[in-house]
Amino acid sequence: MKDHIRPALTMLLLLTVLTGLVYPLAVTGLAQLVFPNQANGSLIVREGKVIGSKLIGQYFDRPEYFWSRPSATSPFPYNAAASGGSNLGPTNPVLIEAVKSRVAALRAAYPGNDSLVPVDLVTSSGSGLDPHISPEAAQYQIRRVARVRGIDEAVLRDLVVQHTEGRQLGVLGEPRVNVLLLNLALDERR
Amino acid sequence: MTTNAILQVLVYFVVLLALVKPLGWYMARVYEGKPCGLDRLLGFVERAMYRLCGVRPGDEMDWKRYGAAMLFFNAAGFMFLYGLLRLQSLLPLNPANLGAVAPDLAFNTAVSFVTNTNWQAYGGETTLSYLTQMLGMTVQNFVSAATGMAVLVALIRGLSRSTTTTLGNFWSDLVRSTLYILLPLALLLSVLLVSQGVVQNMNSYQTAMLIQPTAYAKSVTDANGQAVLDTQGKPKPEFVKAIEQILAVGPAASQIAIKQLGTNGGGFFNVNSAHPFENATPFSNFLEVLAIILIPAALCYTFGMMVGDARQGWVILAAMTILLLGFVSLGLWAEQNGNPLLAGATVDLRAQAGQAGGNMEGKELRFGITQSVLWSAVTTAASNGSVNSMHDSYTPLGGLVPLFLMQFGEVVFGGVGSGLYGMIVFAIIAVFVAGLMVGRTPEYLGKKIEPYEMKMAALLILIMPIVVLGFTALAISTETGRSSILNPGPHGFSEVLYAYTSQGNNNGSAFAGLNVNTPFYNLTGGIAMLISRFWLAIPILALAGALARKKLVPAGPGTLPTHTPLFVILLIGVVVMVGALTFLPALALGPIVEELMMRGQ
Repeated sequence: MKDHIRPALTMLLLLTVLTGLVYPLAVTGLAQLVFPNQANGSLIVREGKVIGSKLIGQYFDRPEYFWSRPSATSPFPYNAAASGGSNLGPTNPVLIEAVKSRVAALRAAYPGNDSLVPVDLVTSSGSGLDPHISPEAAQYQIRRVARVRGIDEAVLRDLVVQHTEGRQLGVLGEPRVNVLLLNLALDERR
Repeated sequence: MTTNAILQVLVYFVVLLALVKPLGWYMARVYEGKPCGLDRLLGFVERAMYRLCGVRPGDEMDWKRYGAAMLFFNAAGFMFLYGLLRLQSLLPLNPANLGAVAPDLAFNTAVSFVTNTNWQAYGGETTLSYLTQMLGMTVQNFVSAATGMAVLVALIRGLSRSTTTTLGNFWSDLVRSTLYILLPLALLLSVLLVSQGVVQNMNSYQTAMLIQPTAYAKSVTDANGQAVLDTQGKPKPEFVKAIEQILAVGPAASQIAIKQLGTNGGGFFNVNSAHPFENATPFSNFLEVLAIILIPAALCYTFGMMVGDARQGWVILAAMTILLLGFVSLGLWAEQNGNPLLAGATVDLRAQAGQAGGNMEGKELRFGITQSVLWSAVTTAASNGSVNSMHDSYTPLGGLVPLFLMQFGEVVFGGVGSGLYGMIVFAIIAVFVAGLMVGRTPEYLGKKIEPYEMKMAALLILIMPIVVLGFTALAISTETGRSSILNPGPHGFSEVLYAYTSQGNNNGSAFAGLNVNTPFYNLTGGIAMLISRFWLAIPILALAGALARKKLVPAGPGTLPTHTPLFVILLIGVVVMVGALTFLPALALGPIVEELMMRGQ
């Protein structure tokens, strides 16, 4: 049995150097060389300042913006330093009440819109950092944003279409709208 | 199921099955010690490693020496990782200044990574430094997978060799698995993932100014960090505004690539592959979910080649694929129907052109229902355990899919190596059952199956349920165990059952609502992971040793052929029967009763 001790320790050391240092550093070097923008977090920079990442959502609940999906991160929504989901089960009364109050908030922000609320707009995402809403959820909010900003609905509809990504390679995933990029485009129209 | 869902599932399986033969052929070359191409490039590294360790790769080991080498190597890995977790605050590459990991959490985490479970009782970005992620997590992701592959190869050699006592050299199998199979695949995958937006850097966390500052309430704390109570005894709220967002980054892609390929599953970030920096696009998701069962699927072909009959491998792969497809379909149906309790809240759950619909709580929009459900089934069929959506928020039947798939004992693809050795044991049980029915001595691949082999096989299917159900019962009947539960009613029971099923099968996925970072769950879970990894690997090696000693008997008229569709059905039957008989009573108390309650409301 004693003859296993030396190989076990030396092998662990060698494999640690190989897979724990050489490998991640090689990937880092390669990534920084070939895809520096993606490797560093796909950051959005305006006037020299980082204002977010196009992959990480931000929280919007003012009527003049398209709202993002609810987020369960703590202590505030879309906290990108501590990702997390709600983990509420489907029969948990807390979940049902939360969804009801989100529907109520959406309706209060634009009274008179009685159509059904798209499910993604009132359920929190797995990461709490989901940057997207469904095209249907963007559609649902167009009238509100148009009225608050005094923009023509048709113009907004075009803007949403411009910011809608289809399924990747035509098959994978779901069509989606990046809320942060859409709201940035709204602010930059002026 | 929508048309697109069927299409996405179809594309997935076609690509997977197309890769089985080339990769399986390549791995067989690696394990048979034949030239495989990469040995020309990296052969000098391999030879240098043997020299420095003082091992001779041609030094054949019997099952006891092979097992001892495996145990010594894993024990060293455990101690190193535990030390690293406890000391990380004193070590470099810790830009977020994270403190030492508590002893119980460090124990659980070290066991978790050494046993290829990768249960996450920790939150990645809030607990582990870059150095720990690299030297600890990434390294164990490689070597725990390579350990599983080595044990599998030893079992295959036991089946293919005759009248010998030796099963190969553990060190050589370990090094060749890492160097020629895992490293090149991981390198390729990590670069592809970075191209999609998965982060890979050594920077400190990035600060971004928010476009709309976020107002939120937090409780006031006094100088000691205790919450200040108001007159009604509730924590006093204080309203504050967040004006910036801290973006956690780091060397994620390199770790994610191997966590998927090695069926490890421990994420770089707390929410694992739901995090956009860990899984940025639907295409990165496709690559990651493909990587989960790529090696387990291809190993079936390797097995067929090494026992000299490729059909034997295809039969096992067919049984695994059929079982997985059935569960994927059930999951898609349940999740696409959504949560009926929300329909009352005037929410639109229908799938249509502009939205995925269904049960979106805990799911990412870019993945929708299809990619989330496919992942949840694949990650639990294989013992990967990474998640791209929160299983705790699935509908009861949608959550039953991953739970039940783990309870089959991680043999439907299963862990890298460990899944196939588990499935081979089920094949042995299947020929035994068939032998009983016709009254003949059972044989598998020309080896007579006798009482000793059946004892080892029985150990393998008994240990896991005892661990899982025993610890679940313990947790449910103690106040300490129950106090960690988040969701009320039968769902809370499912959370506990899921936690021990996951750890008792070295999977690592979670119903994450359960607060598992407590001494009770860290210790019991750690013990469950240790038992189910090593008390299964050791009987497997004993079985391999016994099989290697036997003579080859030529197939006679009474031999049950194990390369036919009939055997596929028999194998599926045995797996489902054993799993269902063991776990249906427990499932009835959790997801099944919850489904009935949900429909009744």
